[in-house]
Amino acid sequence: MSGVCIVGIGIHPFGRHDGVSGLEMGVAAVRDALTDADVAWPDMQFAYGGSDAAGNADTMVSRLGLTGLQFINVKNGCATGGSALFAATSAIQAGAYDLGMVVGFDKHPRGAFDPQPADWGLPDWYGATGLMLTTQFFALKLRRYMDRFGVSASTLGRVAEKSYRNAQFAEHAWRRQPLGLHEILAAPMVADPLTKYMFCSPAEGAVALVLASEARARALGGPLIHIRAAAVRSRPPRSFEVFSPMLEIDCGASATRLASQGAYELAGVGPEDIDVAQLQDTEAGAEVMHLAENGFCRDGEQEEWIAEGRTELNGRLPVNTDGGCIACGEPIGASGLRQVFENVVQLRGAGGARQVTGRPRTAYSHVYGAPGVSAVTILAR
Amino acid sequence: METASPSPNRRPVAPGLFTEEDAPSLIGGRSRADGRLVFPCPTGSAGADYEPVTLGRRGRLWSYTVQRFRPKSPPYAGPVTFEPYAVGYVELPGEIIVEARLAGVRFEELRIGLPLQLRIEPFAEDPDGTLVMTYAFAPSMEDLP
Repeated sequence: MSGVCIVGIGIHPFGRHDGVSGLEMGVAAVRDALTDADVAWPDMQFAYGGSDAAGNADTMVSRLGLTGLQFINVKNGCATGGSALFAATSAIQAGAYDLGMVVGFDKHPRGAFDPQPADWGLPDWYGATGLMLTTQFFALKLRRYMDRFGVSASTLGRVAEKSYRNAQFAEHAWRRQPLGLHEILAAPMVADPLTKYMFCSPAEGAVALVLASEARARALGGPLIHIRAAAVRSRPPRSFEVFSPMLEIDCGASATRLASQGAYELAGVGPEDIDVAQLQDTEAGAEVMHLAENGFCRDGEQEEWIAEGRTELNGRLPVNTDGGCIACGEPIGASGLRQVFENVVQLRGAGGARQVTGRPRTAYSHVYGAPGVSAVTILAR
Repeated sequence: METASPSPNRRPVAPGLFTEEDAPSLIGGRSRADGRLVFPCPTGSAGADYEPVTLGRRGRLWSYTVQRFRPKSPPYAGPVTFEPYAVGYVELPGEIIVEARLAGVRFEELRIGLPLQLRIEPFAEDPDGTLVMTYAFAPSMEDLP
């Protein structure tokens, strides 16, 4: 997938912003991205955008300008940003446009998500009896994985410790206070074996990206950041996904594996070619398991990887360099685009104190969510 | 939630979820197309594609966690006064793995492979005192098949 570049990035800080709507955060991120690309809203030929719970993206035109552009709303759970990015990339590749906007934003109430069974094709009793929680899913998947592949609780703690450590250098992150390993491990359990500091929280924030054809990007000047792949996949047979009242005994496939393989094929690279990665870390164990599901290591090698610091900023494969979901929180519609934002920062060499070593050339991002959807993007400079 | 006599009225949390015998079973569905088992048995328009079948009553713990905070209502319909409860996946040999509440076991005794048996127990109470029954798995003294 060549010929499409990211020429501008904008972000509204993640966290809690009482009195500021999700749409207002989206508008702020769009303006930030326009400034970064040195273009103006009337230059935008099209936009794809969305949120999961904070309103219709296209209503932003009343703030940004009634230019009459094609603005398509996207709502695809955790893959909202990835889906918008895929659609925008495809539109430019098809030759329909050469300059446009992708925006994702969200604003969730405090506390865990409260999905309603009917919205997910599930019977009411599943929610009524207290089985329908994303936190349970991640804990159940992780407990089995830890038992089978020998991952320790201290490895989970080290992953979360890295998240808060990296986030202190990321202005857009929410939880920027470093936490010690003991504090993380000794905190109250949310869903065993995961403590409260190992989980991300629903949050607020917005991200916008300006995309251009390669020719237009060259005319605009600035570093060329190419979108080599944008893949979105739903769940295959025998997978183990969020909100599953049952599993098949030989389960093991996943939407993540499909999206990952699809993206590597599109980009013509393999996991060994990736220099920096942002992986879905709904909780610390998700980052651990997703290292393997995205092809970066074999199942069970994570214990050694984390102990040796291979996912640290100066490691062989830095992971979640801005603190990921654990430190940024998860505004569903913005979360995947935050990963892409961070990858552009790293590829530009603009990460400051969180810049990974060795001037990365390739960057990978991955989201995962209910009911078994995953989006992967690969960027290169 | 254990109650003494006089024995109050009881109702299942949903029809068609489990058999209400002394030795209860979960009701799954067998695909008429390919014989594959699912749980719960689909209802509505999808129900025509499945034949209801009773699933095995015993299995082994496949994975587990503890729900430490009260889920939001709706959809949660448990008591307002919250007590943490254990949740797991239970492998029914030769069938499928089902998600369930776990009962009759201390949290620190949970381990993968633990032999378990199905039971029906109350998880909530209607305003008129009727007990709302759901299924759970508890440690089993009997040998697995």
